[in-house]
Amino acid sequence: MKSNQGLNFDHFGCQTAYKDDYGYNQAHAEGAAALKALPGVTIVEEENVPETVDVQKTMESMINLDGATLIFPTSFGYFDPHMLAMAAKYPDVQFRHCGGLWQEGKNPANTGSYFGYIFQGQYLNGVAAGYTSKSKKLGFVAAKPIPQVLQNINAFLLGARSVDPSITCQVIFTGEWSLAVKEAEATNALIDQGADVITCHVDSPKVVVETAAGRGAFVCGYHANQSPLAPEKYLTGAEWAWGNVYTDFVKKAQAGEKLGNFVRGGLKDGFVKMSPLGPAVPAEGRTKFDATLDEMMTGKFSVFKGPIKDNKGNVVVTPDKSYAEDAIELESMAYLVEGVVGSTA
Amino acid sequence: MTVEANTSAIAIASQQASVVRPILEWVARGAEPVVISCGAILIGLALFSIFILVLGKSPAALFQLMYTGGFGSWFSIQNSLSRAAPLLLTALCVALPARLGLVIIGGEGAVVLGGVAAAAAALPFVGTLPAFLVLLLMAAAAMLVGGIWIGLAGFLRHYRGVNETISSLLLAYIAIALMNQFVEGPLRDPASLNKPSTTPLPAEYMLGKIPGMDVHWGLAIGVVACIISWVLIEVTSYGFAARIAGGNVRAAQIQGLPVGRLIVGFTAIAGSFAGLAGMIEVAAIQGSANASLAAGYGYTGILVAFLARHNPLAIIPVAILLGGIDASGGLIQRRMALPDATVLVLQGTLFVVILFCETFYGRFKIFNPDLWKRSP
Repeated sequence: MKSNQGLNFDHFGCQTAYKDDYGYNQAHAEGAAALKALPGVTIVEEENVPETVDVQKTMESMINLDGATLIFPTSFGYFDPHMLAMAAKYPDVQFRHCGGLWQEGKNPANTGSYFGYIFQGQYLNGVAAGYTSKSKKLGFVAAKPIPQVLQNINAFLLGARSVDPSITCQVIFTGEWSLAVKEAEATNALIDQGADVITCHVDSPKVVVETAAGRGAFVCGYHANQSPLAPEKYLTGAEWAWGNVYTDFVKKAQAGEKLGNFVRGGLKDGFVKMSPLGPAVPAEGRTKFDATLDEMMTGKFSVFKGPIKDNKGNVVVTPDKSYAEDAIELESMAYLVEGVVGSTA
Repeated sequence: MTVEANTSAIAIASQQASVVRPILEWVARGAEPVVISCGAILIGLALFSIFILVLGKSPAALFQLMYTGGFGSWFSIQNSLSRAAPLLLTALCVALPARLGLVIIGGEGAVVLGGVAAAAAALPFVGTLPAFLVLLLMAAAAMLVGGIWIGLAGFLRHYRGVNETISSLLLAYIAIALMNQFVEGPLRDPASLNKPSTTPLPAEYMLGKIPGMDVHWGLAIGVVACIISWVLIEVTSYGFAARIAGGNVRAAQIQGLPVGRLIVGFTAIAGSFAGLAGMIEVAAIQGSANASLAAGYGYTGILVAFLARHNPLAIIPVAILLGGIDASGGLIQRRMALPDATVLVLQGTLFVVILFCETFYGRFKIFNPDLWKRSP
């Protein structure tokens, strides 16, 4: 099955979840599937690789036994030290990691990282939630208090507050990327405390979406489209569009062009997309949602625009500041904005 | 034929028998575990083949791939060996207490805390002490913490009557929570943004590779630990006392053996090996302590120990075999489009069949010279 023409393309999945998880891994698997349509590309995939020496050996095995020339490791922990070690050992193979922060001069030239400004999608989720919520209380089930998750929580509430500044959002951190029982408990706890729209940032939103919809709450999706799980309760969702990103990488590699090392993009770049609005979003909300989406597509919309205070009362974005989505400051976010009930530590 | 000649012929025959028979007896006794274990593995593979056939795939192609991926080339062998390395130590964490009749399944906890302790112990000395001393300190810290953690399960068992299987498992969850608390809190490197970790070890402080191989020193350390454990169990009086206590606690107590100290001591030694596995994971692979430490080595170690019948020397080949199965898992996914759980099904099948085949010990006359017909 080893391809003897064209390019071998590898993708392998995250540690704890599966390709049909309605989440992070499904989004990547859909992206990889888009490549199968390209001529001269062979894809080999491996899922559920633990973040240890297994990762290095899996990459080596793909290189040695399958002839892979471009590898996409998609779990956070694969970047350092595993991908970096393999990149040093196999300088002719290209490595592009999802979510990592590639640094010029520090990381090898045959490596890179790509990610998307999906917090823009969470802002739009917030807009839809703001128009739909009756209790003015939202709920967020989050994995870990790290910058990429905090961006999403903050953007979700800022989106909702653009509709009604009295809205609050309670966050519960489960501590793990994939911990179904705690995700269900957290969802129930949020609803018990009055939240009527729930969203999340965990590997697989399936449990959160089903639990929330089962309790009668509305949901906003994340990672992939979860509307089939709760067609009536699903408002919209922030989805990855990895198919575009992977196709771009592979076409460049086939043409012999240099691949980007630090690749980022948002809604307007086609890295991120929104699920279609669900039936529960009122007409007024649809108009505002579309208007905000259009503005984001021009690249001129700033989600994190001062003045913003954190939920301890400190000013974190001064009134004169307005961060574009690619502002490097956002990549080290460590606060929850005013109106978010919860704590990062 | 004269009577004398006849008797001398019998004498020669019985003389021959007295030479041959002990050898045969020795072979028969020694063959029992080998034949039963290998038989069990064959039965397990046969059952697994049925499973693969039901999925509509060819078992022959799969076993061919497993061989290619696990042992078919020097690269594959090194792949298997590096996966086997941590299993040697985590299997000892199960095997040693098992000789005392204890079922410890929480080695994962000692692995993650050992890793955190090693990373924490290294931090103040990086840059001031030579690498060798720092690594020794890391190992000592990891073994101490791992030993305390599993020793605690032994202590609770003997002095408070708490079931060690449950307590060690629950302690593993507490250990993972503690690790998360440490690496996300006091020990966090502020530069580790989206993957909270401790400050990474500089490259020159890392545990290197065995010369001529792409396998880190953890493999050699694990093999040495298995040999030391075998000596401890089979040769020393301490190990003898432990086996007595494992066979019958009441009898051991009546004999005046210090059962409490044996239990706490053996669980602590077992935990220190698992802690050492955590240190090696940090010093040879990760470079820092983080959530990746909970990679399941502690749990795979249970499987290895049971397959090896808690014999520390048998752990070495079994760990390599499981390392090979693990190494081939990726190839099976990629070439046959089978899910990653395929090799877990195989491991689980083997586990159950081997446990079942334990009941065959002593059932076959051929392995039991005491039941053989007496020679004339």
